[in-house]
This record gives sequence, structure tokens and C-alpha cells, in this order.
Amino acid sequence: MNFNARRKPKLAVFKFASCDGCQLTLLDAEDELLAVAEAVEIAYFPEASRAVIKGPYDIGLVEGSITTHHDAERIQQVRRQCRTLVTIGACATAGGIQALRNWQDSAEFVRHIYPSPDFIHTLKMSTPIAEHVPVDFELRGCPISKSQLLELISALLAGRKPNIPTYSVCLECKRRLNVCVAVAQGIPCLGPVTQAGCGAICPAYGRGCYGCFGPMETPNTESLRAQLHVLGQTSQEISRAFRSFNAWTWHFRHASDEEERA
Amino acid sequence: MRLEAKELASLIETLRRDGYEVVGPTVRDGAIVYDAIEGLEDLPRGWTDEHAPGRYRLLRRPDNALFGYVVGPQSWKRFLLPPRVRLFSVRRNGDQPEIIADASAEPPPKYAFLGARACELAALAVQDRVLLGGPYADPIYRNRRQDVFVIAVQCTQAAPTCFCSSMGTGPKLSGGYDIALTEVVEGAESWFVAHAGTEAGAARLAALGAPEASPQDVARAEEAARRAESMITRRLNTAGLRERLAENFEHPQWDDVARRCLACANCTLVCPTCFCVTVEDTSDVTGSHAERWRLWDSCFTQSFSYIHGGPVRASIKARYRQWLTHKLSSWHDQFGTSGCVGCGRCITWCPAAIEITTEAEAVCGFPPSSLRSEQA
Amino acid sequence: MLPQASRVIAVERETRDTFTFTVAAPGGGSGFAPGQFSMLSVFGVGEAPISISGDPGEPDRLVYTVRSVGPVTQALVTRRPGEWIGVRGPFGASWPLAALRGKDILIVAGGIGLAPLRPAVYYVLRRRGDYGRLVLLYGARSPQDMLYRKQLSAWSYLPDTQILTTVDYGGLSWRGHVGVVTTLFRYARFDAQRTAALVCGPEVMMRFVLRELETRGMALSDVYVSMERNMKCAVGFCGHCQLGPHFVCKDGPVFPAARVKRLMERYEL
Repeated sequence: MNFNARRKPKLAVFKFASCDGCQLTLLDAEDELLAVAEAVEIAYFPEASRAVIKGPYDIGLVEGSITTHHDAERIQQVRRQCRTLVTIGACATAGGIQALRNWQDSAEFVRHIYPSPDFIHTLKMSTPIAEHVPVDFELRGCPISKSQLLELISALLAGRKPNIPTYSVCLECKRRLNVCVAVAQGIPCLGPVTQAGCGAICPAYGRGCYGCFGPMETPNTESLRAQLHVLGQTSQEISRAFRSFNAWTWHFRHASDEEERA
Repeated sequence: MRLEAKELASLIETLRRDGYEVVGPTVRDGAIVYDAIEGLEDLPRGWTDEHAPGRYRLLRRPDNALFGYVVGPQSWKRFLLPPRVRLFSVRRNGDQPEIIADASAEPPPKYAFLGARACELAALAVQDRVLLGGPYADPIYRNRRQDVFVIAVQCTQAAPTCFCSSMGTGPKLSGGYDIALTEVVEGAESWFVAHAGTEAGAARLAALGAPEASPQDVARAEEAARRAESMITRRLNTAGLRERLAENFEHPQWDDVARRCLACANCTLVCPTCFCVTVEDTSDVTGSHAERWRLWDSCFTQSFSYIHGGPVRASIKARYRQWLTHKLSSWHDQFGTSGCVGCGRCITWCPAAIEITTEAEAVCGFPPSSLRSEQA
Repeated sequence: MLPQASRVIAVERETRDTFTFTVAAPGGGSGFAPGQFSMLSVFGVGEAPISISGDPGEPDRLVYTVRSVGPVTQALVTRRPGEWIGVRGPFGASWPLAALRGKDILIVAGGIGLAPLRPAVYYVLRRRGDYGRLVLLYGARSPQDMLYRKQLSAWSYLPDTQILTTVDYGGLSWRGHVGVVTTLFRYARFDAQRTAALVCGPEVMMRFVLRELETRGMALSDVYVSMERNMKCAVGFCGHCQLGPHFVCKDGPVFPAARVKRLMERYEL
């Protein structure tokens, strides 16, 4: 990634089916936002500003999953417009919590909820961006980590490989000197199979990891499931634990399905 | 020398007054961790720890012992080999980069370790050999290590996960400390038999003006120490261990443990001898300021063995095998000792309850030497 | 271990993805031995281990041949003369040329593996009378991927010197040999009893070359290889570069083949 030093790279932010919390992370970077705005040209960011600078864009941040025909077409246009496409957040990288509908018949939900269901056009499944277009980089999390977003932007500008680790949360937990909640308190924790990035926040406050950052590089969910049983969890509880923000990822989906069958 | 609790308090006080940061055991988040100790009130009075593979619980003791526990999840390496440390920063100065070393920033704290166990002292010696004993010495470790004042505590109990006796590192203390204490619990307050291991230790003890320990005092202390030895049930057969592990690269036990291993890295991070670190380069968004940081790393991560083309050890099997054979076998080739001190932390803190002793013996084809029925 | 800021003096393209660049040795240069490497930093991007590929007889400059395979090497090859990089080193065990005086030297290189061997050639040529025949076998993927073509050609005219090259894929204008580097052995003229071999290339290539050398009567105690593993600290602390019991950064990268042959045959060691 070599940006022409004479022109600031153009950054654009696109939203699909999401809560928009991941985009907000950029705006939440209060101390660094000015520096970011000087280093890149924020060309398209409807959440922040109505001003639009036309594409193509150097960096496109994509939030949200694909749930409608319209979005399935729009993502193709977004891919064409962006030199580097980065998916941000569990909706974009995994299909999000809304991917829970993938196990059910979403048409039936529509019929139950809406008085005029014919006006609702939605796809059967909620799918991650990577199932539609090639993705250059992904930031996991629900929401993403502010420091990872800043690291990604400064890495793209500097030309280095972003320091976004794919090992387990346990490394962050131990570096932070947390006491393991699973071992010391028997609290169920998905940390050993979840990718680091959040800084191991939940265990620092005595809660088990929820798996917000999705499966780590080589998750052994079978072994963790066995341990969760040892800690006293039922198959239903274990299945539920894997069926959250990253439910539709291959590893977590497989784990929750296996527990459901048990 | 016989110390009453108030004399121990006074020892801590004078160390602090002399500029030492006294660190030792304290209760936090359901475990006994190492942190700053200001006085006896910070110590885990009346607490003990229950260990089993993958399980740790803090329990109340029937007495008020100050050091009535075994080992917590942390080791002294958190002070000497910090989890995150900046190596240097770089500023753009015209077109030449200006490199500012962090070692020249504020000097590191002067530590006094209170409560070091025999296995931990052995671990310090192992890390000293790795980080100071080769052609290059790590300046960060050296700066922190050279001024450490060590107050060791004799173990008077052992957990089912302890196997220091098999590794020749304990439970009896044998050097590596400035002062050694053996706690004798009697009624509401403990007293201690103290002896010095160095001149500095002797000086500090002499300054307390405490009486000599009587032969009965010494006998009570030795009895307490023997109790630890008798409580050890876990053993590791080390005869031929190094060679057998090196010869059994393709043993089916590796596949067996790979099915259970989470590759979560917890064992390496609680281990007091593991020293692997990685470096990360970062910059700010303007690109005019860059830094290099050093972080704890683990051979269980895929990126650990990454070269152009992919990681050499892609599978969990290869990574577990690397850890175990390094710890118990090739460490001998590299540093002349075993890498394992038998503290048992990797067994307690493994979320999958994998036991290094069981796996090593299975690969070597040894019959299990631990007394299973007595394990919790 | 701090890097020292060093100025880039020259950058030359060798092939489509490989460049040779020269930096002023920091502090005037303390010298290096053939086979050693430096840790080169591009600040804010990262640090990479790169073999020194220049003449050890010219210690005031450090020459590196770098193939761009990732962000750090890409940043290195795009430096321009006058820019600054960070240099640490030199590190590692070197080709034991002083101990091999009197022998014939057989050099077998694959691809970028010729880079850490070039200093060995310079060393031998500067002390030509101390050594016997010099035979160099070099395999590259294609003619466009060959390094140091002019030098190889010049060396081939030297007395008692045999330079043989081969490519995996010749293209239309290549008139030379085609095949993997082991296929050159039938043309190589060396006496196994008097020869020491220095080998560097992809690990799979080195494994096959070792077998070929043994078939031709060489004792592995006379063969040296240069190994590669992930390096971060280059001084044996970070643990990343372990190959069995060895730290490639300080026990290597040059090893006697006898010491590592079995290790090379272990999958995922």
C-alpha cells in the first residue's frame, strides 16, 4: 500500500445492515479524530457529514451485513469504488447478531410482525460482506476496538502490516494480569477460542468472554465445549453462548449446532 | 533468628523507606497475585489455595497464616520481564530519524520480592541463565534483576499440582535469597524462623534486633518444611526424559493432546520460565513518530513460527509438541538445565485441564508415576 | 538492542521483485563475516532479517539483496538514496571459510539463496591462493529472476572456476540449462574428498541437494547450510527462531549440515 505523498488518501464509510456502532467508533476517537482528519481526507461519511466527495476512494470502511437485494447490489458498487476495502465489526465480518435468522424462516417473522408484509423485501439470510465481494482486511468486534481502527489507519498510511493479532483473548488477559475467571471462579468464558482485540475487558470485570471478536486463528471449540460442560453448563447454554454476534462464522456455527444436536 | 510478625512488618517498612518497591502476595479477583505490599495487612492472612488441573479456588484457612498458600497465577517475571515495554521511539528530525531509547528514560523500580518459593527461585535462576548468561544480555531484565532483594518463604504445604521435588527445585529452599523465612503458625499470630542467604540479608536481619531462634524453634520450622515434602503426590519421571522426548517426534500421544489443547497460550503465560516475546512497530497517523514495543508472546500462536510462505507450525499438535519438548528436552541443549521447575501453574491454569506430567510420561512410554488417588 | 540510523547510498534493481541496496555502515563499519545478517528497520513499518550480500573486504558499506515479499521488504526496496533506515547487527554464525582453507569450494544456491553466499565468493576470490577449485551451481525460477548475472558471467572466466546456472522455466530466449539445481551436478567437476560445500536456498531444495552431495561421496561434515526461521530479536531472547534445540539467529543461520539434516526432515518442527 503506497499512498502518493502529494495527495491525502480518501476515506469513505459505508453502512449496510448494522446498528452503526462501529462507524461511531471513528467519531468516538475524540483525541485522535483531528489527526486522522489531517492525515486522510474523509470523503464520504454520511453519519458525520453531508459533504460528499465523489469516489473512487482509497480506503473504504464497510459496516453491516447483507440482508436485502438492494444491499447485495450496492456492495458490488462499493467494492468497485474502493482500492482497499475493510470490513468493520461483526455484522460485516460474520453477518452479525441478525444472522440468527439464518436458522429460521425469516419470511415467517415478517408475516407475524408487519401488517402489510408484501412491502418487505428481504433475503433469507444475513451474510457477511466477504460472501459477496473480496475483502482486503477485516476488523472484528462488536463494536470494533477504537485502538485497532486507529492502528489500521496508521498502518495503511505507513505501509506496514496492521498489528491486528489473531491469537486468543487469553494472551491479552494474561498480559493485562487478569485472573482467569474460568479457572478461578468457574465462570464460562469463550476467551480461549475468541480472537483478541478488545483488550480482555470482560474478564477484567469478572465476566466471561462473550466471543465478540469471533473465532481466533485455530479455535478448538470441541475442547472448549467439553470444558464448559465440566463447568456445569448445559448443551442449550453452550449452544446459546456460541450463537451471538459471530454466530454465523463457520467455527461458532458448527459449535452451536453440535451442542444443539447433543 | 526468631521474628515475630511485627518484626516482619518492620522489615517491610525499612525496605520501603530505603526506596524498595516491596511486592508480594495479595488477594485480588479470587486469587493470590503479586502486587505492591505496604504492610502485613496486604498479605493473604488466613487464605489458602486449592489446585487441580484447570481449577483454582481460594479458601479460608482455619488459622491466620500469612503465607499459607502455594503459588498463584502470576510469577515474578511480571516485574522482571514486563508484559509490555517500549524499546524505543523514533522521531523524524529533518530527514534523519532520531532514535530515543526508553532504557534511558526513568530508571526501573528497585524491587523487593516478598514470599518467593523454592520453585520460583529456581525459575529466576533459569531466566537469569537465558537472559543474562549468553553472549548477549537483555538490558531490560538486567536493570530490573540486579537490585532485587529476595525474601523467600519456605513452603509448608504442597498442592496436587506441585512436582518441584521431581525437578530438583524444592520444596526445600536452597539459596538464591537474601532472607529466608519459615512461618510457624501458633494461635492468632505467626512467628518466623529467619536466616540470611547473603550479607545484605544478614545486615537487614541484624538491624531488627530480634533474638536467636532456639533449637526448639528451629525444629518446629523444619517440621513445617517437611510437611510440604510429604504432601507432594505428583511426580515426573525425569530419567531419560530429555532423550525420549527428542526421539518421539511422531508419537500418537501428540495427536491425542492436540484434540484437547486450545492453543490459548495460558500455560506459557503463567509459566515462570517462559521468556518468549515479540516486537511490534507502530506509528501515529501523521507518520512522524514511531515506536517499537516488546510484548509477551507464546509459541502457541501461529504467527510465532511464521516465515514467508506460512507458519512452520501450523497445527495445534506441532505447537503443543514444541512447547513441551522445548520445556523438558531441548532447554537442556540450549541452557544446560531443564526449563521446568515443577511449580504446576500450567496444570492449574490450563482451561482444558491438560497436565504436562501426564503428557510427557505418555510420550516417553513411562508408566504414570504420580499417585492418582491422592489428587483432588 | 537499538537500531542505528544508516543512510541509503544506492539502490539497484536486480529482478522484477528483488533489489540490491547499499547503506553506509553505521559507525564506519565494524565488519562482518560472510553468511551473517542484519536486522533492517523501516521505522513505523517493521524490521526484517536480511543477509548481507556484499564484500566483507569493504566494511564501510553494507550491501543487501532484498526480495519484496511483504510490507517490510517492500518498504526496504522502495527506499531512495539519502533516506534512512535502521540497522542492527551483524548477527549469526558465518560460513567457516577460514577453517576450509586448502579445500575446493562448492557453492550451491537456489533463488535468493545466492545473496548470503556472494560474500563467501568475494572472500575466496580475495584469498584465491588459499583455496582450490571454486564451483558454483545456481538455480533460479527463470532467466528474469537470476541475480548478479554480469558477475556470474565474469567469474566464469576465472581460472579454476566453474559457474553453472539453470532455470526452472527458460522462456523463448534462454539457451542455457533447464531443470532444478540438482540436475547441474552431472556437469559439476569437483573431487568429493577435497571439497567443502556451502548450500543456501529454499529448504526443500537444500534437502535434495544434501542427498545429491551424499550420493556423490561427500561427508555431511564438509557441508554447510544456511537456515531460515522467523526472527524478531536476532540475539536469542525472543524464542521465535528455534529449530529444535537451535536458535537460528545465534547458533545459525549457518549450520554444519550434519547438525540439522535430521531436523530438516521433520515436518512442522
